[in-house]
Amino acid sequence: MDVFLQQLMNALQWGSFYALIAIGYSMVYGVLMLFNFAHGDIFMVGAYIGFFVSSGLLALNLGSVIGLSTGVELGLVLVLTLIISMLLNSIVGMGVERIGYRPLREAPRASAAITGLMIGIILETANLALLGPQRRSFPELIPTTTITIAGASVTNKKILIVIVSLVLALLVHQFVQRTKWGMAMRAMAYDYVVVPLMGISSDRIALMTFAIGSALAAAAGILFGIAYPVLDPNMGILFGWKAFVAAILGGRGSILGAALAGFLLGFIEIFVTMIFPSTMRNLIAFGIILIILTFRPHGFFGEPFSAQLRL
Amino acid sequence: MYFSVENLSVSYGNIRALHDISFNVNEGEIVCIIGANGAGKSTTLRAISRLVPAHEGSKMVFQGKDLLKLPPDKVVTELGISHVPEGRRLFGNLTVKENLTLASFARTDDDAIQRDLDRVFTIFPRLKERMNQKSGTLSGGEQQMLAVGRALISARKFMLLDEPSMGLAPLLMADVFDALQEINDEGTTILLVEQNARLALQFAQRGYVLENGNMVLEGSSKELLDNPEVKKAYLGG
Repeated sequence: MDVFLQQLMNALQWGSFYALIAIGYSMVYGVLMLFNFAHGDIFMVGAYIGFFVSSGLLALNLGSVIGLSTGVELGLVLVLTLIISMLLNSIVGMGVERIGYRPLREAPRASAAITGLMIGIILETANLALLGPQRRSFPELIPTTTITIAGASVTNKKILIVIVSLVLALLVHQFVQRTKWGMAMRAMAYDYVVVPLMGISSDRIALMTFAIGSALAAAAGILFGIAYPVLDPNMGILFGWKAFVAAILGGRGSILGAALAGFLLGFIEIFVTMIFPSTMRNLIAFGIILIILTFRPHGFFGEPFSAQLRL
Repeated sequence: MYFSVENLSVSYGNIRALHDISFNVNEGEIVCIIGANGAGKSTTLRAISRLVPAHEGSKMVFQGKDLLKLPPDKVVTELGISHVPEGRRLFGNLTVKENLTLASFARTDDDAIQRDLDRVFTIFPRLKERMNQKSGTLSGGEQQMLAVGRALISARKFMLLDEPSMGLAPLLMADVFDALQEINDEGTTILLVEQNARLALQFAQRGYVLENGNMVLEGSSKELLDNPEVKKAYLGG
């Protein structure tokens, strides 16, 4: 039982990364009918921004400057790192939309998909060119302590990662369901052509969608850095593909669906390695997803959209 | 001149949909454009709403402002031109209430929004009963009411109406046109495009006839109703 609980926490943590990245994928797909294949690399950029912001904040030595204990200082650095990095990465995401995708709004979807792949490669290689090939180690923002719950030992980091991810996912869900901006996003997901007739700038809604998705990707990058403190320029590739799969599995435009599918993917991967050799992890995980999609081709909770999307 | 269009040309790819058409609308008027399917009626309205680009040399001026300088959302918010699109195009995944709220997205005059909402519910009491229903589940008539209501809330100086009679039973059609008359009486200028020429000409004061992207005739509704060519081509002899 304790092994199960321990693995459950591992699965939740692993799923958190997928869930946060998948939400951004799903929102862009929902609102703009576009697969943003650069999104995995936006996650990578977010992790690096988190690395630089947290290193910078630690170098400021806030603890001794304003007289805080080490624990409080680290907590403050963590919160500030999350907020600043999410803001900065949302600017990166908006830049990708403005420069990469907006000129292709009326172009064939395949062109936009290729653009995404190219932007991804540009982000990876630009990172390599600017920062060099060596890996970066994410600063330790939370000293690890282990808590024992029902016989299972769980680190404080895992609990924090899962809670932060769930809170962010729910916040974005509430934003989309309850605010007028969210309403505009849902309207655009249904029929983007007539949104401007409501006096709404669809370019602004597109930017906002990219901003939110990229902010969540930055949060995922920082949380990943806390759990596995090694960053490299290619870290976003496999994560990006898996989060993409989770976004499709969750259903087009569904935030809770994307989060749920992200956690499910985490569970499958962790529990597969409990039983089978870890080399079979992706084989079995993707096999299971293929089977689910056969029976639910629209994913768990796909948003409906209008049949007449063109003029 | 309240609203004038001069030499408007529009193409979809290599296909020319409108050839240098010109027309105008006076404040408070109801004007209709009639024509067969594919004549360019919807394209005309889309060009006014800036959903499709106009050729170089086209001129559209609304209350002295160059319409072609504005993006589509500003045509609504800055000029006060609303558009009920062909096929209604409601957001079927949103409720009636959400569709109406969304139409007031860019407005900040909360009291006036509430007054406009109340007015929409006075004209279309059915919508109030259906407030929390997804608009995709409304009947055809109710959908048309919501499409008109939504346009009234987005902007109310000048309304572009694309085939409001489409798919409606005669009785419902009368309801919708009564409501449109009421809206016009309260000061909204209307430009209507219709395939149902008799209905459109009975409702409007003036009309234009569009044929294969060319404006071929214009006149008062009475003149057009009596015109032998119009009779033959659009009024069933």
